[in-house]
Amino acid sequence: MTVSQLFALSLGAILVENFVLVRFLGICPFLGVSKKTDTALGMGFSVIFVMGTASAATYLVNEHILKRFDIEYMHTVAFILVIAALVQLVEMFLKKSAPSLHKALGIYLPLMSTNCAVLGVAILNTQNEFDLIGSVVYGVSAAIGFTLALLLFASVREKLEFSDVPAAFQGFPIALVTAALISMAFMGFSGLKVM
Amino acid sequence: MGNQLKNGLIYQNPVLVLLLGMCPAIAISTSIFNGLGMGLCTTFVLFFSNITISALRKVIPENVRIASYIVIIATLVTVVDLLLQAYMPALSRSLGLFIPLIVVNCAVLARAESFANKNTVLASAIDGLSMGLGFTAALLAMSAIREILGAGMLMGRNIFPSGFQPVQLMTLAPGGFITLGCIIALKQWMSNRKGGKA
Repeated sequence: MTVSQLFALSLGAILVENFVLVRFLGICPFLGVSKKTDTALGMGFSVIFVMGTASAATYLVNEHILKRFDIEYMHTVAFILVIAALVQLVEMFLKKSAPSLHKALGIYLPLMSTNCAVLGVAILNTQNEFDLIGSVVYGVSAAIGFTLALLLFASVREKLEFSDVPAAFQGFPIALVTAALISMAFMGFSGLKVM
Repeated sequence: MGNQLKNGLIYQNPVLVLLLGMCPAIAISTSIFNGLGMGLCTTFVLFFSNITISALRKVIPENVRIASYIVIIATLVTVVDLLLQAYMPALSRSLGLFIPLIVVNCAVLARAESFANKNTVLASAIDGLSMGLGFTAALLAMSAIREILGAGMLMGRNIFPSGFQPVQLMTLAPGGFITLGCIIALKQWMSNRKGGKA
């Protein structure tokens, strides 16, 4: 892939096809850890880190193991195992080598293996037949898009705490309606053509 | 058994009360056909994963239980995926990515961890079935609202006179969030009223 293609791919994944707001991947953490901006940021960084490494790892597994033995139909099982193992490895590695980073990301890392955005990006990479660099760029950009949406949403929710919401809408319902409004704003990007 | 069924469908509804498995709920509830298909696939996976996990609950070592559950669930999802591709290619195409993503549907793993590994095979089977049906019911409610308002159709048939302009927004991304928000708000409103009277 050329640099301009990669740029288009990355911009598309961040804005036009935002993982959370347009493709509906990773809604659980999006609603779960968006009450404060700093936790949102912590989650966002771990997602960027894990999705980048998971894209590379699943690409290699798909190319060198699944294709070689002609068992590509097993990709769901293989990918989820790779992702779960990877998350565990990342956690152990960070604990030893970067304890401060581990402390900051610690509680979010185990949640990562059941984040559908991570498995989703791995499957999308193989469906679109991206090469190694393309996969990593797509994974990282999708994660940046996730972080952007999460951060925007968290800052709105912080304000929402102090507003007067009808009793029936308190808590989750108003958060979902807020998400809908942000998602509407992101629909404006769908006219964007970068090629 | 009746209690368990009621729990899965209403009091502990995975989507509307426990707020689990929302990605597929919002993403594929654009038409009743999709909602029903997704609901039944998830029910199938939940039913058999609950049975398998509770049958193996004394064999699976404590430390690697989550990984073992995920392998069992992923295998069942692969079965569903291949069956759909072979026998219902249209449904398989329209659900697309969200079939393999049943693996990471938190509702399935949550039932394995909180119910199937502590209870007998029969109880777990009933639990899987009722949770699955609760999930299906929530999806059906959401997809009916979105299909009627967003496309002006019910089960693919026009139900409004020809002058009706469908609100296309409802079938797009924001519509999913709004519909789910309003359904949960309605549930909260009803339980608030019940609580107020008592």
